[in-house]
Amino acid sequence: MTEPSAINYLTYPRGLRSWLLTLDHKRIGVMYLASVALALVLGLIFALLMRTELIAPGRTIMGEDTYNRVFTVHGAVMIFLVVIPAIPAVLGNFCLPLMLGAKDVAFPRLNLASLYLWWIGALFFLVTLAFGGLDTGWTFYTPYSTTTNTNVLAAVTGVFILGFSSIFTALNFIVSIHTLRPPGMTWRRLPLFLWGLYATGLIQVLATPVLGVTLLLLGVERILGLGIFDSALGGDPVLFQHFFWFYAHPAVYIVILPGMGIISEVIPVFSRKPIFGYRFIAYSSVAIALIGFLVWGHHMFVAGQSVLASTIFSALTFAVAIPSAVKVFNWLATMYKGSIELAAPMVYALIFLFLFGIGGLTGLFLGTLSVNVPLHNTHFVVAHFHYVIVGGAVMAMLAGLHYWWPKMFGRMYNQTWARLSALLIFVAFNMTFFPLFIMGGRGLVRRYYDYSVFLESNPEFTFYNQLASVWGYLLVTGFVSMALCLISSLWSGRPAPDNPWGAPGLEWKSSSPPPPENPPPPAQVGDPYDFTEALLPSGT
Amino acid sequence: MGCSSTTILVAVALLAGADLQRDSFWLPPPASSTAPLVDNAFLLLLGVSAFFFALIVVLGLWFVVRYRRRAGLGPAQSPSHNTALELLWTAIPLGIVALLFYEGFVGYMELRTPPKQAYEIEVVARKWSWLFSYPNGHKDENLHVPVDRPVRLVMRSEDVIHGLFIPAMRVQMDIVPGRYTRTWFRALKPGEYNLVCSQYCGTKHFDMRALVIVHPPGEFENWLADAARAAESLSPVDRGRELYRINGCWSCHSIDGTAGTGPTFKGIYGHEVQFQDGTSAVVDENYIRESILDPQAKVVRGYQPVMNTYRGVLTDEEISALIAFIKSLQ
Amino acid sequence: MNHTDNHPANSDHGHDPFLAHHFSSHRQQYEAGKLGMWIFLLTEILLFGGLFCAYAVFRANRPEVFLWAHRFLDKPLGALNTAVLITSSLTMALAVRSAQLDRPRRSAFFLVLTLLCATAFLGVKYVEYKHKWEDGLLWVRQFRPVESAAVSHDAEAADQQPRHAGIFFSIYFAMTGLHAVHVLAGMAAVGWVLVRTLRGHFNSQYFGPVDYVGLYWHLVDLIWIYLFPLFYLIH
Repeated sequence: MTEPSAINYLTYPRGLRSWLLTLDHKRIGVMYLASVALALVLGLIFALLMRTELIAPGRTIMGEDTYNRVFTVHGAVMIFLVVIPAIPAVLGNFCLPLMLGAKDVAFPRLNLASLYLWWIGALFFLVTLAFGGLDTGWTFYTPYSTTTNTNVLAAVTGVFILGFSSIFTALNFIVSIHTLRPPGMTWRRLPLFLWGLYATGLIQVLATPVLGVTLLLLGVERILGLGIFDSALGGDPVLFQHFFWFYAHPAVYIVILPGMGIISEVIPVFSRKPIFGYRFIAYSSVAIALIGFLVWGHHMFVAGQSVLASTIFSALTFAVAIPSAVKVFNWLATMYKGSIELAAPMVYALIFLFLFGIGGLTGLFLGTLSVNVPLHNTHFVVAHFHYVIVGGAVMAMLAGLHYWWPKMFGRMYNQTWARLSALLIFVAFNMTFFPLFIMGGRGLVRRYYDYSVFLESNPEFTFYNQLASVWGYLLVTGFVSMALCLISSLWSGRPAPDNPWGAPGLEWKSSSPPPPENPPPPAQVGDPYDFTEALLPSGT
Repeated sequence: MGCSSTTILVAVALLAGADLQRDSFWLPPPASSTAPLVDNAFLLLLGVSAFFFALIVVLGLWFVVRYRRRAGLGPAQSPSHNTALELLWTAIPLGIVALLFYEGFVGYMELRTPPKQAYEIEVVARKWSWLFSYPNGHKDENLHVPVDRPVRLVMRSEDVIHGLFIPAMRVQMDIVPGRYTRTWFRALKPGEYNLVCSQYCGTKHFDMRALVIVHPPGEFENWLADAARAAESLSPVDRGRELYRINGCWSCHSIDGTAGTGPTFKGIYGHEVQFQDGTSAVVDENYIRESILDPQAKVVRGYQPVMNTYRGVLTDEEISALIAFIKSLQ
Repeated sequence: MNHTDNHPANSDHGHDPFLAHHFSSHRQQYEAGKLGMWIFLLTEILLFGGLFCAYAVFRANRPEVFLWAHRFLDKPLGALNTAVLITSSLTMALAVRSAQLDRPRRSAFFLVLTLLCATAFLGVKYVEYKHKWEDGLLWVRQFRPVESAAVSHDAEAADQQPRHAGIFFSIYFAMTGLHAVHVLAGMAAVGWVLVRTLRGHFNSQYFGPVDYVGLYWHLVDLIWIYLFPLFYLIH
């Protein structure tokens, strides 16, 4: 067992300036981790404020205008500052060059610029909050967003800037994967996390600019009265929805594809078996990315969109569901006849299968034309997307974080504490969000400050809301517990060996934590899922 | 885990699923002719989802237990891909979702295709109330319909996007400013149902509600005739009260003194009010008229400038009636 | 190339200052840079793509607006600008070629010409925008055409003006405005490459940045080549 080496990327070079001006992808990843974690805390505070308001009908702790702002900033912070950047910027940045045996990403200065842009975008969000926030919903539908007198401009500027952070990260990853692969690493030997990041990168570069121009036009509409989206000026509010969702639907694949990539790394390692159906999983990531561009209209089945368009969008929506479903079967098949260890990363991966399963299946309900009609804009939708985003991507992020933590920080964390936190998160998540499916189906509309209008026909809504609110607090407690477990390991965890899980990937060849300068790749790179040497976890 | 435990688990899941398959657990009791189409598709989805979810959970749990790591032993040999199997478990879901798509499509075509002989009612949505206009000219803040007759709603918005949503009828359609949108339904039984706004529209989005009142056979026409007649023979104050109701003034201005999005009307006439720019005035007929036609001109201090104008919506005669009504609220 | 990186102080720094330490060869660095620039151009195409889409939608829905309003645009000036930009693409390409052929002074010369063309383009745009401002032909909220505008542009009289005619100018200003912003950014990039050329950074082994800026410049030109007929040459 070795102590973390005195000279590693965390400790050398020293000084604040060496961190703020670093070109080391590992340091950039760690700074993103701290930044995204802070944004997550902010988003969770807003979530708890919402759930506290909803714990009883009528006014509880805030008025309706405040509530409308809180749900807007909750959504905007979580989407733009947390779940879109999180996995690529944190784990992608840290792991990608190591997995390629490369010294860094293709454009290290651009990488640092991405981080700066994230900070600047976050600053615009803070300015928005300081001046009272905005109340448009994170979807900014016009003409409400062109006419409301809340701080739309500061917010959309922040999102525009964050869009560039996202684009530059993606550009970096795509070029890195194309040009920095070591000898022997053909496309068919690329680790699946990198396939996930690659597919995600494709979406980021193609979709994010459309968000950029949409928000640019929204801002100009507000300032100058451009008239493209505002019906009073001859514009078309539904055109805004088309533009917005052209980005925002692929955006959800930006959120989930890296997570799926992590699951494809974790399950094989903790089953000590190669992934089942490598090629399918790799190609399905790209298929999801591409088909995902063709389904945006499924957010608009009742927006006044034509029947023909809606029909085509529904058909394509079912098409994009298939690759995701098949991935789940591949992951299960990987576990079959494996040798399964329920370490914390694997526990999160199993939680992912459960929660993403529900999330994905409820997506089928929403993609079904007739069933969408009574479910659209209800809490059914809210439950669906929390299951896929939190139950899917966030759980995958936690799986990845618990998997690579020893490599990143050179410390093992307490497995029992980690797994108990996961269990609390799992139970609390279901208890918080499943009631929303039930209430949504029964007609509870989303973005409602108060559900009193429903209480005569549905008195049970009070109970279900109480349930969701109480368990929401417990869910946050679970997250806090998980975070404390990881953070406390930084000083009290036992030093991590180079390869605590006995994993075959290149990133495990370096010390834990890695040195400032990445080690070179081996002369010939083998299969990333080669368990034939029956590597036993070192140091256990 | 042996076969028997697996069987028990699956049985429990199916039974639980069966119980939860009563659609009134998941959806309101169906009240329109098209609701069964929607509900059947929903139940199909529920069945398919329950099956695949149970499959995933059962397999996952079984594998975790059956193939748990045993010290010193590696995994048994097994293939890392099987093209036939992968094609099979791609094709079967593809077939299933094709069926789901078809069911949804058929229902949606029904929902979006009003019958030719439908009874047409105009709907106006604005922040934050509804106005329904009937063919004989009567306007009402609730949606009255005859039972068992198709009703087509032709809808427009005066400001932002709203959404007309009647959960019991499985009816939902956005209302977009600058155009007309349409939807329809045929109510199956008399009763009262909720109609709410489903597209976020600002402060009182949660309180923008109307009732759908389904009249028993033969009663709808009587109601409509009575309602139209009653409107004609009203005194100015009563006419004003009715206008206050149907134009949605009530959603922001109370008449009993309670605070709202706008100042209460109780006692306001003849009262001195302070404006946001520091000036003040006594509320008289001119101020009320100006506030209706140009609401942003003088906003009372402590309130947000969110009121829409009613220029082009209310005639001078209607404004006079409203003034008479407000004067009566001392 | 200066870089703050994490080499321990005593490591061998014998590599070329213009070869980044994480690349194993100039060729690899060049391929990466080229691919990176192409991807960036793809994002720019998507950015403008949204606006082209808005153009298509509004033109399909309100053809009478486009037919009426486009006559107010100055075809000769637009054509001049098109010629100027195409020339600038030529000079840019020659600048890249010169850099590849180890001829920095020629390269700098062509870069300066490119900048002059770009300045001319912006100058013409300024004149056009000024005319529109004076004629009241602005985006929707500020659309108040003056009497004389119709006469000087041989357009139909104001009373035949379609409803919401300003939407044409909204899209015109949005697209040409965004394009002009990109021309400015391109000029900054060309200027930066010019400075580096004058400092002797580029040679036949290392000319990537000139090449990448050239690619960007060609895209900016290409976008204008689409904008010109779509706005100025409507039938």
